[in-house]
Amino acid sequence: MTDSSNSRSDPAAPAGPMVEMRHVHKWYGQFHVLKDINLNVDKGERIVICGPSGSGKSTMIRCINRLEEHQDGQIIVDGTELTDDVKHIDQIRREVGMVFQHFNLFPHLTVLENCCLAPIWVRKEPRRNAEQAAMKYLEKVKIPEQAKKYPGQLSGGQQQRVAIARSLCMNPSIMLFDEPTSALDPEMIKEVLDTMIELAESGMTMLCVTHEMGFAKTVANRVIFMDGGEIIEQNEPEEFFNNPQSDRTKLFLSQILAH
Amino acid sequence: MTTHTPHPDLPPPSTSVGVIGWLRANLFSSWANSLLTLAAAYLLYLTIPPLIDWSLIKADWVGETRDACDSGGACWVFVSVRLNQFMYGLYPESEYWRINLAAVLLVLLMIPLFIKRFRAKLWLGLFILFGYPVIAFYLFSGGVFGLEYVETSRWGGLTLTLVLSSVGMAASLPLGILLALGRRSTMPIVKALSVVFIEFWRGVPLITVLFMSSVMLPLFLPEGTHFDKLLRAMIGIALFQSAYMAEVVRGGLQAIPKGQYEAAQALGLSYWKSMSLIILPQALKLVIPGIVNTFIALFKDTTLVLIIGLFDMLAMIQAALADPNWLGYAIEGLLFAAFVYWIFCFGMSRYSLALERKLNTGHAR
Repeated sequence: MTDSSNSRSDPAAPAGPMVEMRHVHKWYGQFHVLKDINLNVDKGERIVICGPSGSGKSTMIRCINRLEEHQDGQIIVDGTELTDDVKHIDQIRREVGMVFQHFNLFPHLTVLENCCLAPIWVRKEPRRNAEQAAMKYLEKVKIPEQAKKYPGQLSGGQQQRVAIARSLCMNPSIMLFDEPTSALDPEMIKEVLDTMIELAESGMTMLCVTHEMGFAKTVANRVIFMDGGEIIEQNEPEEFFNNPQSDRTKLFLSQILAH
Repeated sequence: MTTHTPHPDLPPPSTSVGVIGWLRANLFSSWANSLLTLAAAYLLYLTIPPLIDWSLIKADWVGETRDACDSGGACWVFVSVRLNQFMYGLYPESEYWRINLAAVLLVLLMIPLFIKRFRAKLWLGLFILFGYPVIAFYLFSGGVFGLEYVETSRWGGLTLTLVLSSVGMAASLPLGILLALGRRSTMPIVKALSVVFIEFWRGVPLITVLFMSSVMLPLFLPEGTHFDKLLRAMIGIALFQSAYMAEVVRGGLQAIPKGQYEAAQALGLSYWKSMSLIILPQALKLVIPGIVNTFIALFKDTTLVLIIGLFDMLAMIQAALADPNWLGYAIEGLLFAAFVYWIFCFGMSRYSLALERKLNTGHAR
């Protein structure tokens, strides 16, 4: 396995990786979606996962916070193994933030309430603290002035930045992005990517399913290519784009970089 | 180079705005519509003036006996003489104040719910739901604090209609929500129990339920057990309506996108928290029309308790029609009943519309 040089790793942190997937398999009925996935993600690492649709990329990252259940193998997140134990699942979900393709903001709550909900009800923070923290993160994603509005009143790009802020409010140690820019108009993609780049620069551990190859080149430590439920190739971005090893990767890259 | 000068705004043609524009758009937009408009106007001309003449202009309003009704119009004297019975049933006249007090108390308790700046709405709502019924029960039935005991068989009239329907509504909504969640549960036993319950209660007519509760249930109970007839009717109505409510709520739950459930899970919210904070507020808002529909049906269905010998408002009116002193005034009595039911149902309908507008946060696409 190609392990990236990780200049950001904290020497005080425990030696184990943040996410460890060992021989993970998953089936939807008869369909074998994930085939023997082995992946280690170190603290502070930024990983971009790409591949054709149906290749299992989303399913793989959704297994990390148990939105999908794996049937074989082990997934260990920050030292806790994902099993049927609800306590472990809750603990891991508190550590792992997720940003969805369709934002999935709660439309009946204001932007600020969206951000405060989990800190208040899951982490039992007092409302005042939660609101202060939420405003801090809304400023970080540059939309504090929208705090009192409802999601339906915002543009797609603004909604996705709120969704990022909502996840950050739980102080996650890992962030998962599931095609965060795929549902956005072209002119709004940049504002979301800028927010994600800023987050990457702050040292957040990130796993990002995306087809934004520019983003991969700028911030990723590692690019993973998946096809047919398998990890075909992984490498540092420069090597990955300039010198792909497998034919499947070459074909995929030629198709997405052609135009 | 040419400079673009914006065209000034001109007023619209006079035939497309104002009264003429409205008439053209709504009543005379085509020759067929014009014909329908004229036919409808003629029909209204035939029915409305005689009705107003009979019910208002030629009607008799004051008096004590049927001799006061000699003008040939409606005899509202019949209603006004019997009004107390229509409202309170066979409740002792000297104790009417207890029902009035309970009604005033309820109105006073509900006022703060409509004041925007009142903060403890949730607690007050819970008190109205759980605390108030206890107070109202002791006020109505007495037997404590020196109040005369009034057995439930003497409760009647509009009071009984309102008691039955408000208990039915207050019980069937939460029960219906639980059943709807149960039916969508991944736990097989919970799911099976919910499905069986819903399909059973939805499959039998309310009349059967009421008959069973009053005639058959006592046969199965050990001898000497006293189980109040009104209470049995209430339970029957609540269980029956909760099955309908469950299906209405389930419709709302199905309309919530999967992403909402996933976002709630990803944030670490437990099942009950994500349901009560994320899913149900949205689902219930979507099905307000269906919920109110069920409530209105429930309100009118309470008239069926007549068949097990409880005297709601309609039953009291029926009884009054059989009074030999007032034979022949059925139309007045039934029109009055229709009017009272309509006022309540129309009120619920308007309130639900206002609620929908208030809860709209502009997320509908």
